[in-house]
Amino acid sequence: MPTYLVTIGLEIHAHIKTASKMFDGCPSDYAGAEPNTYVSAVSLGLPGTLPVVNQRAVELAALSGLALTCTINERSVFSRKSYPYPDLPKGYQISQYDQPLCSEGSLTIRRSDGIDKTIGIERIHIEEDTGRLLHADEGGSLIDYNRSGVPLMEIVSHPDMTTPEEARLYFEKIRQILVWIGVNSGNLEEGALRCDANVSVRPEGQEAYGAKVEIKNINSFRFVERALAYEIERQTAILEAGGTLVQETRGWDEFKGETVGQRSKEFAHDYRYFPEPDIPPLELDAAWIAARREELPELPDARRERFESAYGLSPQDADLLTLERSIADYYEAAVAAAEASGGSPKDVANWVLNEGFRLLKERGEAPTQLSERMPVSHIAAVIELIANGTITRSVAKQVFELSFDSGAAPAQIVVERGLTQISDSDALLSIVREVLADSKASKAIAEYRGGKTSAVQFLVGMVMKATRGQANPQQVRTLLEQELG
Amino acid sequence: MPLSDAEVSHVARLARLGLSDEELALMRDQLSHILEYIELLQEVDVTGVEPTAQVTGLVSVMRPDVVKGALSRDEVLANAPDQRDGMFRVKPVFED
Repeated sequence: MPTYLVTIGLEIHAHIKTASKMFDGCPSDYAGAEPNTYVSAVSLGLPGTLPVVNQRAVELAALSGLALTCTINERSVFSRKSYPYPDLPKGYQISQYDQPLCSEGSLTIRRSDGIDKTIGIERIHIEEDTGRLLHADEGGSLIDYNRSGVPLMEIVSHPDMTTPEEARLYFEKIRQILVWIGVNSGNLEEGALRCDANVSVRPEGQEAYGAKVEIKNINSFRFVERALAYEIERQTAILEAGGTLVQETRGWDEFKGETVGQRSKEFAHDYRYFPEPDIPPLELDAAWIAARREELPELPDARRERFESAYGLSPQDADLLTLERSIADYYEAAVAAAEASGGSPKDVANWVLNEGFRLLKERGEAPTQLSERMPVSHIAAVIELIANGTITRSVAKQVFELSFDSGAAPAQIVVERGLTQISDSDALLSIVREVLADSKASKAIAEYRGGKTSAVQFLVGMVMKATRGQANPQQVRTLLEQELG
Repeated sequence: MPLSDAEVSHVARLARLGLSDEELALMRDQLSHILEYIELLQEVDVTGVEPTAQVTGLVSVMRPDVVKGALSRDEVLANAPDQRDGMFRVKPVFED
């Protein structure tokens, strides 16, 4: 039985986050709007309208290209792509064809086996989104043009992926970067980001790629992985049975858990591109491109590496803290705030990840909510209260949680709840004596006196419990040893 | 070279036109005639001539990302032959 080689490439469509549409001043943030209320003469493709390019959309598409190490082409051209469906009323889509804005970049993903793999990016071009087609129950289709003309970029990968996991990781990483640089909302459910996956299978040793199957309009990371796994299995089974694969377009049916052949596509591929006569070419000089480069923030991978090297974080922690830019910003602000009180960056990472993220998860909130729940000054305050001996570490966890839930300042919580560490040794000594008089202590006392010094730990625990965690464990231990000695 | 019936049918489907056999024959002859006329252009020597898609000489015409507003829904749907629930109603898109 031969081994089969799998080849996967993704085309990702991403909305470009602008205020207005790609070719006119019609508003583009249509999410949640009533049908056909975000529509202009240009998005309707009415005769006599002139499309004019949205400068910010070009800037943001170029920014995306730079984040993905692409070359920004100094000359690019818009083209008309013939399109027969009524969700684009002009009968064509304005897109870019032979001269796209960005060419040849790459993106590195980290696979679950720990290996980094670089995926090539062939091009990024700008286009306009289509309207939305809804299928009416009694036959016929309904069209809402709110989405028509929304700025869109298509990011086309090279066919460099070989497993469904790689495809999912690539898709996730594209989202991470686009959201990070502020180009896309990252909202897959609303269709702001979606992908088409091309996959082919061929027996090992065969030079030519197998017949390419395109799975259209996948709007979830899980679906891309599942659809590809299904499709690879389906194609391999056909080949093993001696069958032939045909080039076709399929859709993912999540309910059935399978890909399904789509109808009526043979004409859709007759695109008949030609240069858009209404839009002059884009000529972007080196200074313009340099200005975009200036706009580019430190990207997630670079930041993750800096968190590891500058702050001594583990790769796992650095990864979690750089999933979203707002989280990384929050963490660094907390590091700066805690520095004065002697809190180390690692300390801050522990509080953010172990307490902050845990509480968010328990309360069912997103990691980005942490800055609202726990202003960096509050994290720094908790660390300071430990450092100056006001509270013990175990009390600090309570204080963190109380502050997280109420929004009150940690110092105020400590005062109101009387959580200050018991450092008065007379007070502590009387508690220690009470504990030693307790019958539950007698076994440990006997063991200790019998030479098992570790038995003191049990007694320390009893005192800590009696003081609700407010005693200094070191001091308790010393007092116990004195009393038992 | 005259067009074949198959080519004319294909173009008609792309243009969403349904043609009867008589109309198909008529279009085939007329379109072939137009193409023959256009073929005269093939005789021109265009060696060294850049393809021209633009004649204005303008480049990078862009507008700032400023919202100018949208049409009212009544205006949007004013010319719709059929509508329902504030949307354009058309023939089923995936009917073969």
